[in-house]
Order: sequence, then structure tokens, then C-alpha cells
Amino acid sequence: MTRTILHADLNCFYASVECLLDPTIRDRPVAGCGSVESRHGIVLTKNYLAKPYGIKTGMAVWEAKRLCPDLVTVEARHGVYLRYARRVREIYSRYTDRVEPFGLDEAWLDVSGEDGKKLADELRQVILRECGLTVSVGVSDNKVYAKLGSDYKKPDATTVFLGDAIPSVVYPLPVSELLFVGRATSERLHRYRIDTIGDLARADPAFLKAVLGKNGVMLGKYARGEDESPVRPAELSEEVKSIGHSTTLPRDVKTMDEAHAVLTLLAEAVAGRLREHRLECRTVSLYLRQSDLKTFERQITLPSPTDLTLVIRDAAERLLYTLFDPQALAAAGLGVRSLGVRASMLSQKEEEIQLTFDPLPQVDERARRTERVLDDVRRRFGYFSLRRASMLTDPALTDYDIRGGVPTLPTAVNEVMRLD
Amino acid sequence: MPDTRQKTFVSVVAYYSPEGELRPLRILWRDGHHYPIDRILDVCPAASMKAGGCGTRFTCRIARQITYLFYEEGRWFVEEKRPAPSV
Repeated sequence: MTRTILHADLNCFYASVECLLDPTIRDRPVAGCGSVESRHGIVLTKNYLAKPYGIKTGMAVWEAKRLCPDLVTVEARHGVYLRYARRVREIYSRYTDRVEPFGLDEAWLDVSGEDGKKLADELRQVILRECGLTVSVGVSDNKVYAKLGSDYKKPDATTVFLGDAIPSVVYPLPVSELLFVGRATSERLHRYRIDTIGDLARADPAFLKAVLGKNGVMLGKYARGEDESPVRPAELSEEVKSIGHSTTLPRDVKTMDEAHAVLTLLAEAVAGRLREHRLECRTVSLYLRQSDLKTFERQITLPSPTDLTLVIRDAAERLLYTLFDPQALAAAGLGVRSLGVRASMLSQKEEEIQLTFDPLPQVDERARRTERVLDDVRRRFGYFSLRRASMLTDPALTDYDIRGGVPTLPTAVNEVMRLD
Repeated sequence: MPDTRQKTFVSVVAYYSPEGELRPLRILWRDGHHYPIDRILDVCPAASMKAGGCGTRFTCRIARQITYLFYEEGRWFVEEKRPAPSV
């Protein structure tokens, strides 16, 4: 049976919400940014009026302002965007229970048996009326073309990719427009004169396999619209694939000690969240960005899954030694601008600690108990009720709740308990 | 001429039915004045493009005037006419 699949994409989602909430900025170029004061000042989102100035996501705010002196910058508010995303999601669910969110601002809907174009137009009207936001909707018989359709015409448009539109409109599109074709893949394909989706669709699968492996065969199928993957209903809070925290530091870090302290803070936040979700991780990654914005990421696999701060921190530290050479950086006049720790390869934590023939080291059990107490105290009395002494040596760098709390208690000696 | 409405949060006296239905009864304006809602003509989810926001929109008749009253995330707001800018 032929399916009818919609892909709905909220146009410039964050910026559109900001413009809805403040009518006075609606007809001006707007960028949603991180906080400039704490040096998180990059453009996270922009509206259509900001695009012609060449403002791009990820650009520093000062850079964006130089391109467009009249740019209105607003601080991004994720809680608000999530609320709007939920409202839109609720509208989707009136039409079908098969809704697969793709990030906050995109979703596939399986509306097989309905008139896709009519439904797409209605959906756009309802979302505009009820949420004040515009959506682009792609209609096709598979997810890949539906997504292509929603990207084809923006904002506030319906694009149908079926039948004759495929050879005449879809095939001439650049191959980089296709889902899962990133920069590296499109450069690779370009070397073999595969530049459009049509080129890829007509390419010999055996050739694609030789060039790109299994993925090549898959991409060839996608290019031909041969995608049978179902629309998988999911909660908006998607299945957690990894848990990470990163921070842009209030000043560039130049020594190993400072970096260690930050890693402890990050590892603690990551491990705390793992425990909250009853998850354990097998892989720990470290992300490091230098003050010249060169970015590195390395990962390491652990011998057994863990949710312990100290184990994650130690793994991150080992990675730090491979990425961070304070002397060399200092010689180049550079420092570390951001650091991040991420836990992935997650698995559900077993209720009881698994019995193995090699008894778990005693220290593990002690650490586990300590961290459980730490979690419990913080849950009841707040993050700042119990802190590691090492976090207090350089308060500007490490003495804050990376998960969003604001310090409420003054730093006094009697609240300091040594944990490590 | 740009739109001259602003989002003004207001105090509201409301009634909750045993079924959980919410009905606003009176708006308490900031000068202490009470505006009883004579009739609710329509209730629907809607965005306020004029004031900026979205929620449940109650179309109310207050002293022969038709006014939108929005219930957004546990707060009430109206689209207040902004005083004309003095030239």
C-alpha cells in the first residue's frame, strides 16, 4: 500500500517564537543567542530577515553584529521553545498517532489513507492560528522525500514530491540536500561526478558500495525514494543516546590544574544525570575547544559500564592528556575556551550490581555509596548544600551548578566537606 | 501604522466546574475596577499575534465590547490598547 508521509518543519523555530512573543521585533532582523556576559555569545537561531546579512548559526554575536548593526539579539530560552514544541506536537496528534519527532522543530507524520496535500495545508493553517508559527510541510510516500519537500520551499509552504515531480524537481537537486548526506559524503561523491540526487539515484549500487560501503547502497535507495522505514511514534523527550555537559569557560584556561577542576565539575554533572535516568555509560568523550576555536574530540571505551563521577572524570582526564598540552598552547598564546564531557553507549542500569567472578574493587562500592549520599543531599537541599573542596579553589571557574542552579548559600568553611 | 496592542497580564476571578472546565467571570483591572464578563462567545486554542503569546482564547463580551482574554500557562492576559505615541 502506498503511504502518505508528511514532514513538518517549523520555520526558524526559536527565532519565530521570540518574534511571536515580542511583536515589536517582528519586522527586524533577530538572532537568538547564548549569554554574551558569560562568553556563550554565539548565534543559535535567526529569523528570515537576518539571513540576507549572511548571519549564520554558530557565529559569534560580535561577528553577526558587524554584519548587521541593527540586529536584535535575544537570549535563547529553551524552556519556552519546548513549550511551543509541545503545543505543535499536540496539534499533530489530532491527525495521527504516528508522529516521529526529529529534534524540537521537525516531525514526520504518517497519514496514510488521507489526502496529503489537503491535510498539509490544513495543518499549516491550524498551527499558525493556534501557535502563531509557520511550518513548511513536505508530502510524499516516504520519509526521505517528505523531508526533502519540507526543505524545498520555506517559509509557510506545502511541497508535494510524488509522481512527475520526482524526475523534474527532485532529481536536479544537489545531493547535499538529501538526508544523511553531509559535507564529507557530498565531497566524496563529487569526485565521482555525482552532484545531484538524480546522479545518485542512477548510480550503480555496486559502485556506491565500493565507494561508500553499506551506507552508499542505502543513500542510493534514499535518492530513489526507496525508503520503507516506518514513522516511529516517540515522546518529544527522545530516547537518550548520550548525556553530555560542556561549558565555555569564563576565562581561557591555561594550566592542567584548572582543566582538571573543570573536568570534575563536568563529570559530576554527567554522572549525576546518568544516575537520575538510571543509566550507565560505556564510552566517555572529551570535547576541547581552544581560544583559536580549533576543536577536538576524543573518546575512550571503559572496561565496564559506569555511572560514577570519579570513573568518568578519570577517563576524561586521560583524554585530556592527549589533547591538552599547556606549554605548547601557551607558547602559541592560546588557552582552552570550552570543555565538554559526554557519556554515550548507554545502557539501563541493572537493579542490583552484577555479580562477576572478579569482585568489583572496594573503592567502587565506597564511591558508589558516597555519590548516592551526594545526590540525595543535593536533591533535598540544593546543589550548593554539598560541594567538593576542589571546586572552591577557583570559584569563578568551577563554583557553580552547571545544570542551571544559582548559588544561594554563601561560601562558608563549615559547609565544605571533602569528598575527593 | 504599527499595531498598538500590548500584552497585559490581569487578575481574573474564575470558576472551575466539577468537570474541570474553566470559566473566567470577572477581570480585575490595575486601577481596581472590576469588569464582569457578560458572556463567553467562544473558547479555542489560539495565538495572540497582536500581543505576543498563545494559549486558550476566551472571546468575551464585556459591557457590549468584544474582548479576547487569553489563558497562557496558568496566567491571564489581554491585548491592551497602547496609548498613542505622543508626537
